[in-house]
Amino acid sequence: MRDGHYWIAENKGSLLAFVLFLVMFSFYVSHHPAGLNADVATTAANKGVLLALVAMAQTFVVITAGIDLSVGMVFVLANCLASSIVVGSPLESMVGVAGVLVAGLACGALNGALVIYGRLQPIVATLATGAIYFGLALWLRPVPGGDVNSDLADMLTDQLPGGIPAVLAVLAAVVLLVWIPFRRSLLGRTAYAIGSSEQAAFMSGLPLGRAKFLAYALSGLLASIGGLMLTFLTYSGEASAMIGGTYTLNSIAAVVLGGVSLFGGAGSAIGAIFGALVLRTIGDLLFVFDFDPLWQPLFQGVILLAAVSLGSFRLLRMRNRLDLFG
Amino acid sequence: MSAQMTRLATLTRYVDPAAAAAFGCVIILLLLGSLYSSSFLSPEYLLQQLQVGAFLGLIATGMMLVFLLGQIDLSVPWLVTVGGMMSTAAAGWGHWGEAFAIPFRIGCGLLLGLINGIGVAYLRVPSMIFTLGMNAVAQGLMVIRTGGFAPQDHSTEAMHFLATGHSLFGIPNALFVWIAVALLTVFMLTRTTYGRAVYAIGNRERAAYLSGIPTQLVVMATFAASGALSAFAGVLLAGYSTKAYQAMGDPYLLPAIAAVVLGGTNILGGRGSYLGTVAGVLLITILQSILSVMQMEEAGRQLIYGSVIIAMLLAYGRQRRAE
Repeated sequence: MRDGHYWIAENKGSLLAFVLFLVMFSFYVSHHPAGLNADVATTAANKGVLLALVAMAQTFVVITAGIDLSVGMVFVLANCLASSIVVGSPLESMVGVAGVLVAGLACGALNGALVIYGRLQPIVATLATGAIYFGLALWLRPVPGGDVNSDLADMLTDQLPGGIPAVLAVLAAVVLLVWIPFRRSLLGRTAYAIGSSEQAAFMSGLPLGRAKFLAYALSGLLASIGGLMLTFLTYSGEASAMIGGTYTLNSIAAVVLGGVSLFGGAGSAIGAIFGALVLRTIGDLLFVFDFDPLWQPLFQGVILLAAVSLGSFRLLRMRNRLDLFG
Repeated sequence: MSAQMTRLATLTRYVDPAAAAAFGCVIILLLLGSLYSSSFLSPEYLLQQLQVGAFLGLIATGMMLVFLLGQIDLSVPWLVTVGGMMSTAAAGWGHWGEAFAIPFRIGCGLLLGLINGIGVAYLRVPSMIFTLGMNAVAQGLMVIRTGGFAPQDHSTEAMHFLATGHSLFGIPNALFVWIAVALLTVFMLTRTTYGRAVYAIGNRERAAYLSGIPTQLVVMATFAASGALSAFAGVLLAGYSTKAYQAMGDPYLLPAIAAVVLGGTNILGGRGSYLGTVAGVLLITILQSILSVMQMEEAGRQLIYGSVIIAMLLAYGRQRRAE
């Protein structure tokens, strides 16, 4: 039973995000004119899955106490690449999908190499590589356009038999095939250890370099899966600095809402998924309640500030003022 | 002989190697540019670059102060826009509004920056996420104020004068503004207890607190200053382009961060000189200018821009080996 308590304490942030999402989503559905049916769920899932994937990508790096400011640009680059190469026969499309994923992995690996072997600060290194990835995206797609294998796109963005949105299956597959194995592996645990205390992890003889490198590489991979899904949803590619910037910033907000500590070492990608869904549902709620759309950005900002300020209640429990400075 | 050596040693101690490297890169860039066109070395071109660089310089000043504390300010883009857009509110007060337009806008930036400071210093929210939220709030406020469009007002005479006028020997006024801000910043950082406190907090806030520094107050004041400087840059930008528009501050966040880091300021706090930041700002401004003069396509510009920053960071911006 002690294990249960420990599990709850460890996953408090993820659970909180999950509950918050459930409450907000049921509120949304109960006020939606059509109620909960497969179509409403599919639309909501399609809107949420992109940010969920990018937020998961961000989680890998944030756990090691780093930050990846290029996730949004990898997302855009994958979108532009997919709109050029995921076309033609089923076989060609599959090769194209693989190409997009490899490109994402390569982007992440470059980030990792610069941070670990180049010893650059993650913030500035990923800022600069973000400019490079955006340059590549613009080079691939100077004007919005392109195409994508529509059979594959429809299959992945429609419903499975039984009315379950297919994108949720994609999300579940990513969690099962990427996140869970990572979390349970030595390198995954090392990533958490680095976030808690890099010195202690080093003294324990953990493979710091490889763990960080894997975290950055997987971050690139997940961001490119997000870009791929964007292409399936829009049937086109667009190199937009605004989309990239928005997704990068929202991914940070989503991981924080999902209970991942920006100081590293705590939180999970599952929490980040729900953090992303919460962020998306805020927008939907405003829509259902017929808010003036002009007020929407302000409302989202205020909610974000309020949500992150809630963590300040821990200050009331502090006995020693020195604890403030961690 | 040995006296000379000592003098050389003291000299190199005062010259920040990162600042020297950044200035060196500026000169190399200008020389490379002059191979392409001789106008890169003309005084008119250089003065114009200093004028354009002044906008980035103001923003980078605030960013550097925040970096010295070991924090980051991501609310720059929309605080710049706030500075550019709040003119109609002030101009609505008639003749007095005209006079107060600039202080009023800077005051708006100061206020939003102050809230950033409260969130970071007293609520202990990580600055990366709190300032991000403030950016969204500032955006929301501006969207409501303008209905999502560019406001129909023009910048006032005074703003125009500050941003585009030339009063002495053809030197742009914007450059004088930057110099004034720079002198004040250098004085504050090197000659006052506030400056000492900023460096101390950046090194270890706990130790600074135990030494009797009101660390939370200093952090709050610094964020307020950063907000005010962003808004001031917005005022100048609006004066320069004669109008304010949505997202006018977006292209300034990343260059400001890059400029400060290339200037040798440690992003984890505690180390950095203002001279380095000046060098970083000039470096970024001239790099951007050369790429646009060469009529490089946007894609190539981004590629080169990112690669050059990485190359320079690898050359001299690496952290010391941990452990």
